[in-house]
Amino acid sequence: MRGYAKEKEIQRHGVKRDIIILGATLIIAIILLSIFPDKRTPVFTASRKFFIEMILILPAVMILMGLFSVFVPKEMIVKHLGKTAGIKAVFLGILMGALPTGPLYAAFPMASALLKKGAKISCIIAFLSAWACIKLPQEMIELQFLGFKFMVTRLVLTIIFVVVMGISIEWLIKKAIKQNQEVNNASI
Amino acid sequence: MNTTVIFINVFAFGCLISAFIKSRAKARQALIVALKSFFHILPTVLIIIILIGLLLGFVPQSQISKIVGERAGFGGVLIVALLGALLHIPSLVSFPLAASLLKNGASITSVAVFITTLTMIGMVTLPLEIKELGMKMALLRNGISFLIAIIIGILMGAIL
Repeated sequence: MRGYAKEKEIQRHGVKRDIIILGATLIIAIILLSIFPDKRTPVFTASRKFFIEMILILPAVMILMGLFSVFVPKEMIVKHLGKTAGIKAVFLGILMGALPTGPLYAAFPMASALLKKGAKISCIIAFLSAWACIKLPQEMIELQFLGFKFMVTRLVLTIIFVVVMGISIEWLIKKAIKQNQEVNNASI
Repeated sequence: MNTTVIFINVFAFGCLISAFIKSRAKARQALIVALKSFFHILPTVLIIIILIGLLLGFVPQSQISKIVGERAGFGGVLIVALLGALLHIPSLVSFPLAASLLKNGASITSVAVFITTLTMIGMVTLPLEIKELGMKMALLRNGISFLIAIIIGILMGAIL
């Protein structure tokens, strides 16, 4: 689990960078709006609308993420996924990946631990993809901004293709390993 | 206030109450984590909100739809897919950005492709992924994700 320290480091580094970018964005916005004063109203209206939509759900989403990170520790997820087999593992991978915790790079050390534990590759890929793409808090924000139909359609399609991707990557990697072995055997 | 806002807040509040019933200490710890991550994400949220304002204020709708709209065709989709793969925007703030584009002339396909490549593919985090999972698996995952993002987008455009 050595990757977790690295994850913290990325996060701390990220906040400092974000504040600098925020400052730069603000300065650019102020310059642009003082050159084009007639654009002030549309810019303010659009920004205010999106800010209100965001601030109404962001605290709730953060609370959910906090709850999951405390009540569902990473070690537990790794333990559960490591011992499941068959197609069930792929769907469990998706389910575990969809639990709300952290950005994608936080999942790599977990995936690496799973790999060492001998978990199925299809399960790991499904877990990573679900973590990246269909996490619960993410789906909530998608629901808020893009609506129910968009969210559900993308969710269903993503689950289907993530399963397909997991199985095909596992197949490709296993095939490559087999070929390597055959080459090795032939050379002996 | 729409139903989505009420639903999400009620759900979070319900989870919080049951967490407090289960373990006060853990629930309090979760709230601290929530507060920290809120302040971590806040600068990014503000950046995106300013950018959305500028985008909608300065770029005319016809321009947006020309680059990422229905008329942009497959080239537009490819550009959006690449942009999503290269940019490193937290997924939580990608949705308001996507929504603002969608309401102002972008096609469903390009918005869906953008969200999917943005979340699934990380060029910035690729070195870390290679280190943790190995070259083969990392490249396969990112490469195939790129393809399925485009397929998902095209299917979404056809369905919705």
